[in-house]
Amino acid sequence: MPLELETTHDPETIGQHLVRCGVSRRKFLELCAALMVAAPFGLALTDKVHAADIARAVAQARRPSVIWLHFQDCTGCTETLLRTSKPDVAELILHVISLDYHETLMAAAGKDAEDALHSAMEQNAGKYVLVVEGSIPRKDQGIYMKLAGKPALQVLDEVSKQAAAIIAIGSCASWGGIPSADPNPTGAVGVDAIIKDKPIVNIPGCPPNPYTLLGTVLQYVTAGTLPELDALKRPKFAYDRDIHDHCPRRAHFDAGRFARSFGDAGHREGWCLFHLGCKGPETHAGCSTRHFNEIPDVWPIGIGAPCFGCTEQPLAFRVPMFQTAKIHEVTPPDTYAPVYTPQGNISPVATGVAGLIGGALVGAGFMASRKLGSADDVKSESKPKQE
Amino acid sequence: MGISRRSALKVMAAATATMVGTALSTHETQAAAVVGPAPDAVGMLYDATRCVGCKACMVACNEANDVTPDTSASDGLWDMPLDLSEHAKNIIKLYRDPGTGAQSFVKRQCMHCLDPACVGACMLGALQKNEKGIVSYNPDYCVGCRYCEMGCPFNVIKFEWSRALPKMVKCELCRHRIAKGQGPACCEVCPVGAVIYGKRSDLLADAHQRLAQNPGRYVPNVYGEHEVGGTQVLYLAHVDFEKLGLPAYSDESVPTRVRTIQGTIYKGFVAPVALYGLLAAMVLRNREKPGSAKAKEGQP
Amino acid sequence: MNAQSDRQPLGGPIFTRPVQALAVFAGIAGLLIIWRFIVGLGASTALNDGYPWGLWIAFDVVTGTALSCGGYAVAMLVYILNRGKYHPLIYPALVTSAFGYTIAGLSVVIDIGRPWIAYKLPFFWHWNLHSVLLEVSLCIMTYTVVLWLELSPAFLEGARASTYSVIRRIGDIGLPVAERFLPWLVALGMLLPTMHQSALGSLLLLSGPRLHPLWNTPLLPLLFLLSCIAMGFGAVVMESELSSKFLGRKPETDMLAGLGFAMLPLLGLYLGIRLIDLGVRGQFGALFAFDLYSVMSLIELALFVMAGVLMATDRRRRDAGNLFRAAMLLVLAGALYRFDTFLVAFQPGPNWSYFPSLTEILITTGLVAGEIAGFIVLIKLFPIMEGEPQVAGAGS
Repeated sequence: MPLELETTHDPETIGQHLVRCGVSRRKFLELCAALMVAAPFGLALTDKVHAADIARAVAQARRPSVIWLHFQDCTGCTETLLRTSKPDVAELILHVISLDYHETLMAAAGKDAEDALHSAMEQNAGKYVLVVEGSIPRKDQGIYMKLAGKPALQVLDEVSKQAAAIIAIGSCASWGGIPSADPNPTGAVGVDAIIKDKPIVNIPGCPPNPYTLLGTVLQYVTAGTLPELDALKRPKFAYDRDIHDHCPRRAHFDAGRFARSFGDAGHREGWCLFHLGCKGPETHAGCSTRHFNEIPDVWPIGIGAPCFGCTEQPLAFRVPMFQTAKIHEVTPPDTYAPVYTPQGNISPVATGVAGLIGGALVGAGFMASRKLGSADDVKSESKPKQE
Repeated sequence: MGISRRSALKVMAAATATMVGTALSTHETQAAAVVGPAPDAVGMLYDATRCVGCKACMVACNEANDVTPDTSASDGLWDMPLDLSEHAKNIIKLYRDPGTGAQSFVKRQCMHCLDPACVGACMLGALQKNEKGIVSYNPDYCVGCRYCEMGCPFNVIKFEWSRALPKMVKCELCRHRIAKGQGPACCEVCPVGAVIYGKRSDLLADAHQRLAQNPGRYVPNVYGEHEVGGTQVLYLAHVDFEKLGLPAYSDESVPTRVRTIQGTIYKGFVAPVALYGLLAAMVLRNREKPGSAKAKEGQP
Repeated sequence: MNAQSDRQPLGGPIFTRPVQALAVFAGIAGLLIIWRFIVGLGASTALNDGYPWGLWIAFDVVTGTALSCGGYAVAMLVYILNRGKYHPLIYPALVTSAFGYTIAGLSVVIDIGRPWIAYKLPFFWHWNLHSVLLEVSLCIMTYTVVLWLELSPAFLEGARASTYSVIRRIGDIGLPVAERFLPWLVALGMLLPTMHQSALGSLLLLSGPRLHPLWNTPLLPLLFLLSCIAMGFGAVVMESELSSKFLGRKPETDMLAGLGFAMLPLLGLYLGIRLIDLGVRGQFGALFAFDLYSVMSLIELALFVMAGVLMATDRRRRDAGNLFRAAMLLVLAGALYRFDTFLVAFQPGPNWSYFPSLTEILITTGLVAGEIAGFIVLIKLFPIMEGEPQVAGAGS
């Protein structure tokens, strides 16, 4: 059954909306419990103890209008959102947000779609959340990506003017992603390289974990605020830790148990992938604690593929896959120094030279002494004196 | 002919006898030189039977004291010091007996001795004991002579060999944190309370209580109570301390002997001044004698 | 020819082949010293946390100053025991001593990690009077100055013979002043080494628990003092015989034989005290345990004994070659005693080892080479050696 999206600004609260849709209170509480579990650590909602508390907060909120633009993308970030089930994307877009424009999910096409975009912009002017997926090409006046005949640059400019906030989902929208890899022929950049006057949340990743987006949206819906961001505008609740520090395989790293090649014994045992080029120590993301597809261990390292640092601009699509990462916060290993470790190296060259010099001096002294003795025998002038 | 050979030998013998007598007599007086702990002396008590070797104390120490980790032995992967060094003010080592399989962790750092060798050694007093008995280091008066390193019986204080502008490095009981009312980083972070911070008197009482209440669990000695005159970091263990790198030192503090000898010889600086007077007198007098150097040179 | 003394400059070419060769070694050392300051001690030396003191302290400072006790030893003979006939030995001995102590001071500056703080050493309000090293450094610094001042009559005499009138005037005015203060300087020059050479022995008392019992005795200061006087005499004998031979001068056999005789009671005292001390402390078992420590001690004692045997009779003492070998043995014995105390007896733990790095060895060698070259240059330029006609056909 085709989904009908409401394109008008919702005059009713989510609670009223749910009643109108016939969603039972039980189902709503289930949704809130799922949100609570899904809500990442540090989110504004986690000070709530019961699902009922969340329900109360959510019920009083209004569904924000969300406009979702695709630029130079692969649609992977949308795909990752589709792989959630607690809550599933239908619940999200029906009951929590009002997804007014989404090229992949909307039923309309062509001119109808364009009309939907413009009417959403007009009716929710100043209040909608703009989600951007994909990078924006800047070279040659941005002709390398066009939407309805207009360059992406122009589209972004127009749509962002009246947005309340912008969420740049995925590495492409955050900093340029794969289109920006050398030599970056289209001049691809992230949203925050172009838009300077709007609050932007970057959610890098290729794709990012959908719960990061969910958590951000949830906070915006219930509290009207955006989560605390780091210097790269990434939500701290997801990006304040690196993969390495929370990796389930960390004990293997600490103990020096490394897979050395794909398929070797260590690899099959699930040992640390550091020597296969895992960029975990240099990558900020939540993947090591929140896996993908809601199945535990479904994430790159979990299936034996080293992390390539997809969230980090200096790493992803730049540093070779199998180049080992730098460890920034060095910690002790699983092994211990013995009470006495042999230390101090003796250089054989120095020993040799010392022996030579010492021997030469003593030898020379001895030879000199023999010369002295013989000279004296010839030239002795003084008589022995008694003291 | 000046001083005869016989009288010269007599003088030398007398001088030697005096020096030998002085030196030997110091053997008897050295027991008297015992330095007690300051009333506010603080310290740590490390119980090796509780330590699980998690090394959180090593990480916390590096962080609290801004120490660069030692990755030289690990190809850049781990903070893996092999011993206390310029990169490690605190280290956990493991003792394992290959025969019996007995093992124990041991935490090594500055012992904050009551009468430290390093403080006695330092020419300009860069190493001092503060009012809490913490042995502190002030690089402003340190010439880097490393005499402190030669003296330390526990091989604790280390030199920054790798730097062109080096300093000495050792645990200072996080005195910057103590000044703010916190405890040393290692004690605060230890998850099992293997190392705790407090006044030395309290810690000593606690240690003895543990010994009394747990016979058979510990080697019956609180290491640091008396060794080298007493230290402010105390140890309890279930294996011989010798095996943990804590030698069975006598109760005499390290600087006592040299302090006694030097003190006796140079007391009030009398001996050097007297000797100088004697030497000067002899030089001046001998210039006038026949057969003297001056006579030989024909000087006026 | 000087009206006041028989001393005169040797004259002759300065940059002879030997001096050039020595200068090369000294130059290498100079470059390496610069490098050591750029890269730090860890990269240039083999010193480590187990052996923070190595070649530069054990040899350059401790042994080097002991070898430089020639001035001290001969001064005691001349000025205290009033053996005026040894006076010709004084100035060359002083030059050796002055250079030796200067090199030792330079070695200290190279060895310490923070030499820029050293200017605070005279800050007496910061002195830790319990520190033996403080006594050693203050004494050595003062004694080095005293040594050069004791040489000032020679320099001033040389100035008086200068072609420049300004310098002649300095010599004219300065010489009487210097000679007036000389007795007081000479006395100081005997007090200071007594203090610091014994203190050099006391240094290692602070490592007490970590010093092997074969060397760990409260009599260390006395033993160091006795052996340093013996080494001083030994160094003077070697320096005198070599100068005579290679600078074409008459050998000073009489005086040197006398020095040899003076060394005997010293040797006897040293050996006697060493052995009695070992006995009293119950270390004879350790002495004959034939491990590394025992073997090193036995070699030390053997070298001292052999030196004594070689100097036992007057005939042997007058055999220049034999006396030189005896002096060499004595110097080696004293040096070995010091090396052993500082590097062998010192036990930081079973896991530490140390042997000087190539840089340390080359810097030490270069400094000594510079010292020898300096000695040669000085005795050629200034009235240091007793004036003797050159032996025909000899000289370098």
